[in-house]
Amino acid sequence: MKRFLMGNQAIALGAINAGVNLVSGYPGTPSSEILETVAANNPGDIYVEWSANEKAAMEVAAGASYAGARVMVTMKQVGLSVAADALLSLAYVGIKGGFVVVVADDPGPISSQTEQDSRCFGVFAKLPVFDPSSPAEAYLMIEDAFLLSEKYQIPVIFRPTTRICHACADLDHNDIRTTNKPSGFIKDSKWVIFPKRAYEGHLHLASVSKQIAADFSCYGYNSIQGNGRLTIAASGIAYQYCREALDLLGQPQIKLAKIATPTPFPEQFALSFLQNTDAVICMEELDPVIEKELLQVVGKHNLPIKVYGKLTGNLPEAGEYSVETVSAALADILGIELPKNEMPQLPDLPNRPPVLCAACPHRASFYLVKKACAGQDAVFSGDIGCYTLGNAAPLSMVDTCLCMGAGITVAQGLQKINPETLHFAFIGDSTFFASGLTGTVNAAYNQTKIIIVVLDNNTTAMTGHQPHPGTGQTMMGEISDKISIEKTLYALGINSVEVCNPLDCDRTMAAIKRAIAFPSASALIMRSPCAVKIKQFTPAKINTDKCSGCAYCIEELGCPALTKQNGIITIDQEHCKGCMLCTQICPCGAIEKVITKEE
Amino acid sequence: MSGFNCIIVGVGGQGTVLASKLLAQAAINKGWHAATAETIGMAQRGGTVVGHLKCGEHIFSPLLALGTADLLIGFEPAETVRALPYLKNGGAIVVNKTPVMPFDPDSKYSGSAELGFLRQQVAKLYIADGDLICQNCGTGKVLNIALLGEAVRAGFLPFSIMDLEVAMEQMLPEKLIAINIKAINGTKNKNIV
Repeated sequence: MKRFLMGNQAIALGAINAGVNLVSGYPGTPSSEILETVAANNPGDIYVEWSANEKAAMEVAAGASYAGARVMVTMKQVGLSVAADALLSLAYVGIKGGFVVVVADDPGPISSQTEQDSRCFGVFAKLPVFDPSSPAEAYLMIEDAFLLSEKYQIPVIFRPTTRICHACADLDHNDIRTTNKPSGFIKDSKWVIFPKRAYEGHLHLASVSKQIAADFSCYGYNSIQGNGRLTIAASGIAYQYCREALDLLGQPQIKLAKIATPTPFPEQFALSFLQNTDAVICMEELDPVIEKELLQVVGKHNLPIKVYGKLTGNLPEAGEYSVETVSAALADILGIELPKNEMPQLPDLPNRPPVLCAACPHRASFYLVKKACAGQDAVFSGDIGCYTLGNAAPLSMVDTCLCMGAGITVAQGLQKINPETLHFAFIGDSTFFASGLTGTVNAAYNQTKIIIVVLDNNTTAMTGHQPHPGTGQTMMGEISDKISIEKTLYALGINSVEVCNPLDCDRTMAAIKRAIAFPSASALIMRSPCAVKIKQFTPAKINTDKCSGCAYCIEELGCPALTKQNGIITIDQEHCKGCMLCTQICPCGAIEKVITKEE
Repeated sequence: MSGFNCIIVGVGGQGTVLASKLLAQAAINKGWHAATAETIGMAQRGGTVVGHLKCGEHIFSPLLALGTADLLIGFEPAETVRALPYLKNGGAIVVNKTPVMPFDPDSKYSGSAELGFLRQQVAKLYIADGDLICQNCGTGKVLNIALLGEAVRAGFLPFSIMDLEVAMEQMLPEKLIAINIKAINGTKNKNIV
C-alpha cells in the first residue's frame, strides 16, 4: 500500500516488519518520531520504552539482545556520546538478537549543539554503519541492518540525517512481518567482559570487519550510475543533491557512485568505480569519512587518481549541504559556469529568533530568579531544552550551556573559583532524570553552594512532549508511579528543597530568597505545566484606563503575546494563554484577567 | 505534468506543515510522487518555518533548490519576501496580507512595504485576506487551509478544491473536517456552516 511517511516513521515501520522485539531510546531531534511510531503501531508484542537516557536505553537493549531479542535503540547524535561507554564495550562482548542503534545526525546543525558525525563512531567502535539516502531506502535498509547484526553477532549503527528523518515521501508499505521469538538468556562466560575476553573480542571485530567490508562491496544499495573519467562518490542526502546537480548541469559525463555503507569501507566496490577514473569528488555532509577512505584506497593501490573533497577545500567542512553547495563545487572542478539566477536585493526584514512560548512557565522562573538576584553577582548555568531560550533578551538568564546535565556541574566548577558569586543551575525535569542526578550528588558530597532550579513542566517539551520518569506514563500505555523530583533531590543529599509554582510570584520570590540564604547546595522545583499542553485558559487584557504605556511588561518579560503598536500595549488574545505573570508585575496594575460569563 | 514545486512559509504555529502535507496527499491521489521537508525543532518556537513540497514523476531530494518553486504560499508578508529566492522566474505567489509581528517592541514592521516589494517583483501575485475567511469560520486555526483555497481560486495550484477536500477527509480528524471544508471554500459560502 502506498503511504506518505516521514523518514522516521519509515524506519519504525521497517523495524516492526523486521521483527524487532524491543525498542528503547531517549528523545532528541531529529530522531524522536522513530520510537513514537513503533509505539503507535505496536502490534502488541513489541516492548517500547523511553529510557531515562541513551546509556540506559543502550544497556536495556543489550540485555534483551543477550536473551535473543531483536532490539533497536534510538537517539540523536549527541546521545550516542552518552551511550558510548555501553556501545564500545558491547562491540567487544557481542550480541545475540539483532542489535541496531539508530542514531540521527544533524548537519547544519538545525537543532543540536554539535555537528558530530556518527559514521566516525562506527570507525571508532569498529562497527558497521548504514547511511540511507532517502526515506524509502531507510525503510528497506533497516531490515538489512538487523540481519547483518545477527550474521556477525555485533551491534550495527544505522545513521540517517535530518533530511532523511524529517523528510516525508510516498513509499510502498506492506504489513508483512518477520517474527523473531527470543530464545531466552543462556548463561555463558562470553557475556562477562574481562581483559582476556576483550582481547578476543577485539580480534573478532578486526576479523569480521574485513568480511563485512567484502559483504558491503556486493551490497545492492552501493550503486554506480553513469559514465565518465570523473567520478562522484556521494552518501546520504548529498547523493540526492548530486543527482539534481547533474540534471542542472545538463548531465555531463560523470560517474555517480553511492556509498550507503561508509564503514567498514567497501574497498572492492570502490576499486570498481575508480576504474577508468582520473579524479573522484567526495560529496558527503559532516566529516570527510569517505574522502579519507578513498585516499587510502588510492594510496594503497597506487592509483593515479586525484581525490577532491573537504580536505582539498573544494567542499565546506561544516554546515548542511544543498543542491547549490554540490553544484557549485562540481562546476568549479569542471571549470564550467553555472546558470546565473538573478535575484533582486531583498529589503531588510524583521528577525524572528525563537522565543519561549506565551505563558511558558520558564519565563516566570527566569524573571523571578533574575529579580531575586538584582544587585548581586550571579551566574546562571543553563542546560539543554526549551529553557535554553532563556538566554535571549530581555531575560538573558543563560550564561552557560554545554551538554545534557552540565549546568549543575559547570555551576560547581564556577563556584569553586568564584565563591563570592551566586551560582544557579537551571535544568528541565526530563534532563534532570537523564543527566542531572550524578551532578546533584556531586554538589551535595563536595558541599558546593549552588542553587539547582528544576524547571518542572511535567514533560519533555522541546522534542515533542515525551513522557519521562517524573510523569508517570510509559510508552506501553501504562501508568507507573511518578518518580518524585523532591524526594530524589533529598535522597541525593540536598537538604533544602522547595517546590513552588513560578506563576505565583510572591511565594516563589520568597522561596528563591530562602534558597539564596541557605549555606549549602539547595534546590527549587519550579512546577507548572508546559504552556503547549494547556487547552483551557482565560487570556489577560490591558485596562487601557490604567495602562501608562511604559512597556515594562514587554521589556522585562519578552512574552510573544505582548505587543506594542503605535505606542499602545496590547495582548494578543489568540496567543495569550492566561499565565497571569504580566498581571503580577505591571507597575500600574493595568493588566487584568478577562472575566468570562461562566465566572 | 513533469512536476510541481511549492514553498510554504510562515511563523511557527501558523500551520504550514499541515498545508504542505495536504498538498502532498492530493498529489499522491493523482498518482504522482510527493516529498516534503520542513524546519522542525527549536526554530518552531516563534521562528520562521519554511516548508518544501515537491510533486511529480521523479523526486530526488525533498528540498527545493533556489529559483525552482512554481508557487510560494506565504502566511505573512515578511516571510514571503524572505523566501522569494526560492521562486522561479515567472512563478506565482499567494500571500496572506496580515503581518505577524516579530518580538521586538520597537519594530516598525507593518507588512505594507513587503507587500509593495512583492507587487514590484512578481507578476503572478495574489494578496489574500486569509483573516477574513478565518473570521467567517470563527477560528484563526484554519488560516492554512483558507490560503490553500485561495491558491486554487487564483489558478496557481494543479489541484481543485475537491481534490483538497478529499485529501482533508483522508488526513484530518473527523471533528475538524467541516470547519476546514468551510475554510477552503473561502468567503463565497459564508452562510453555510
